Amino acid sequence: MFKKLSLAAAAVALSASTSFAATEVTWWHAMGGELGKKLEQIVQKFNDSQSDYHVTPVFKGTYPETLTSAIAAFRAGQQPAIVQVFEVGTGTMMAAKGAIYPVYKLMADEGEPWDPSKFIAPVVGYYSDPEGNILSFPFNSSTPILYYNKDVFKKAGLDPDVAPKTYAELADFSKKIVSSGAAKCGFTITYAATWIGLENFSAIHDLPYGTLQNGFGGPAAEFTFNGPTQVRLWDDLKKWQDTGYFQYGGPGGGPDSAPKFYSQECAIYMGSSGSRAGVIANAKNFQVGFSTLPYYDDVTKDPKNSIIGGATLWTLNGQKPEVYKGVAKFFTYLSQPEVQADWHQFSGYLPITNASYDLGKSQGYYEKNAGSDVGIKQITRGTPSDNSKGVRFGNFTQIRDVVDQQFETVLSGKQTAKQALDAAVKEGNAMLREFEAANSN
Amino acid sequence: MQTKRTIFSNRVLPYVLLAPQLAITLIFFIWPAFQAFRQSFLREDPFGMKTTFVWFSNYTRLFENADYLNALWVTLIFAVSVTALSMSLSLLFAVCVNRVLRSGRFYTTLLVWPYAVAPAAAGLLWWFMFNPSIGILPYGLRYFGYDWNYRLHEGDAMVLIVVASAWKQISYNFLFFVAGLQSVPQSVIEAAAIDGAGPFKRFWTVIFPLLSPTTFFLAVINITYALFDTFPIVDSTTSGGPSQSTNTLVYKVYADGFVGLNLGPSAAQSVVLMLIVVALTVVQFRWIENKVQY
Repeated sequence: MFKKLSLAAAAVALSASTSFAATEVTWWHAMGGELGKKLEQIVQKFNDSQSDYHVTPVFKGTYPETLTSAIAAFRAGQQPAIVQVFEVGTGTMMAAKGAIYPVYKLMADEGEPWDPSKFIAPVVGYYSDPEGNILSFPFNSSTPILYYNKDVFKKAGLDPDVAPKTYAELADFSKKIVSSGAAKCGFTITYAATWIGLENFSAIHDLPYGTLQNGFGGPAAEFTFNGPTQVRLWDDLKKWQDTGYFQYGGPGGGPDSAPKFYSQECAIYMGSSGSRAGVIANAKNFQVGFSTLPYYDDVTKDPKNSIIGGATLWTLNGQKPEVYKGVAKFFTYLSQPEVQADWHQFSGYLPITNASYDLGKSQGYYEKNAGSDVGIKQITRGTPSDNSKGVRFGNFTQIRDVVDQQFETVLSGKQTAKQALDAAVKEGNAMLREFEAANSN
Repeated sequence: MQTKRTIFSNRVLPYVLLAPQLAITLIFFIWPAFQAFRQSFLREDPFGMKTTFVWFSNYTRLFENADYLNALWVTLIFAVSVTALSMSLSLLFAVCVNRVLRSGRFYTTLLVWPYAVAPAAAGLLWWFMFNPSIGILPYGLRYFGYDWNYRLHEGDAMVLIVVASAWKQISYNFLFFVAGLQSVPQSVIEAAAIDGAGPFKRFWTVIFPLLSPTTFFLAVINITYALFDTFPIVDSTTSGGPSQSTNTLVYKVYADGFVGLNLGPSAAQSVVLMLIVVALTVVQFRWIENKVQY
């Protein structure tokens, strides 16, 4: 009896192992909530489309948590095949040459189609090595845009179809909004000190963030973001905070910024294009308008493109050859315009390839959804210069923390903008040297 | 005189009995501590591909770093405030509940509830209540002309994490104080009352000295709590800001090591933190315990 049972069990196990002969490809990601569900749906479609490979997405928490657990797993020899890394971690990943399998090489080795010219220019620039090879697979890229409350604009006597184009207008509109009592505050910014208020700000004004093409030229770069225009913005933000035009939403992503906009306390909100779905879902009692980020029109008449945020997919070394075949097949699937357009339209992240953008156009998506192409238009305007290609530095997560802290000393009146930016540059440079030392020998 | 010593006739048995505890200590305490110690002398890239031995450079840089000295100072203020606030409040509550005869149980249940809340959830709770845009408390404070904003005002941020951390710990302290109060012999208090001592005099000269073992125990527990377990509260409310005013030592270890991926300096910090705790424990048990009457 026992023998029979174990035989049966063995038979079941055998048949099970043949039907699950598909090669496992693990993908660690940081997409929670609705985005996570959408991601799983996309993976499911890939798994259903063939039987050789099975991609398993694993939610690992926030971006820093995902990166940290992937690195810890790598050190323990248990790394996933694919890991989603936010743009701030790009410098760290690129420096880890022995740990990553560059995507251009992977696709060439596996004979999968790969044409960098199909991707939109800012993405190619951001994730390429100095020779122009894309190192990670672009998945969810975003860029900051300006959201505004049309109802409050009306109440304040402003034209609800006209968003502030420049900082002068931003101050002027805020003044009208606050003094008319239409809202308590003019505007709020996520990543006020870093991604939007400094990195994108510098790119739009064509100002260097650091030497060596903002770090693209190598790890020896130094920060230069303490120029007069950046000082001017921080001074202005302090001034506007004191007059009530600007409200600070906290360090990093500014966790209080979005609530200030949703509760109609602030009329204007600068945030990621990837928050579009969230903003629309939360703006229950008012109409939302979309526009580009403001600029100082006496500094530049011709604002440059903004730069990207979001994340890309990195392939990690140390897997079996057949796993890499699966990764390459999966990336080919993800490159399809239909898959890209679906993800982009659902989330508000940018269409990564020109084909997916064109597909959206031909579907009439952008006409039906006003403002949904603000981000892509802003990030592709003009030709990227060395200052607007993006920023790439090691230890960048920590350096952003330093910038946040220095910004807070300006807002609390402890330091002037000039002192704070000088201090941030000095401390940031020390961290860059540390990173250079740790990665050079 | 009776000794606590038990004589085993079998020579191996005591070691076998000790083995599980020793194994746990070795695997979960000594080994990680050793790893941290080793790592604190290294400079490494996050993936561990290149490792350089840098002697004491991680330590010397630590004490030249203004941010680290600031974190030391912040931690001192924080730990003392949390311990003082949570212990004094819970002693007050315990004394009050101890005087209530019939509904004491009911109050005890209510007071023990916060202990069941996970620190991260507690942090979020206070984050909501104190949030400058959507919180109820800042709304009330503004009515009195106080502009509460822990995102900008360093004092506000410190008050927030102290209150949230102390609130979490009150239940624990309260239970021990109630138990301590109930073990004070009624006859001693009655004798003092007959001698003409009022309630305050009775408390400070009779009851409080008899509570000293409990108080000592709780002081040790609370300081350890403030140093280590408050990490989720800081993380979910202020994240160490504004401008580092609530960046405690344990939060800085996490931020530098796990978020910043700067492993060497972070390991050096945790070794220093470990030494601080060892020193504190020695001080507490060597000098303060002498003043405790069991």
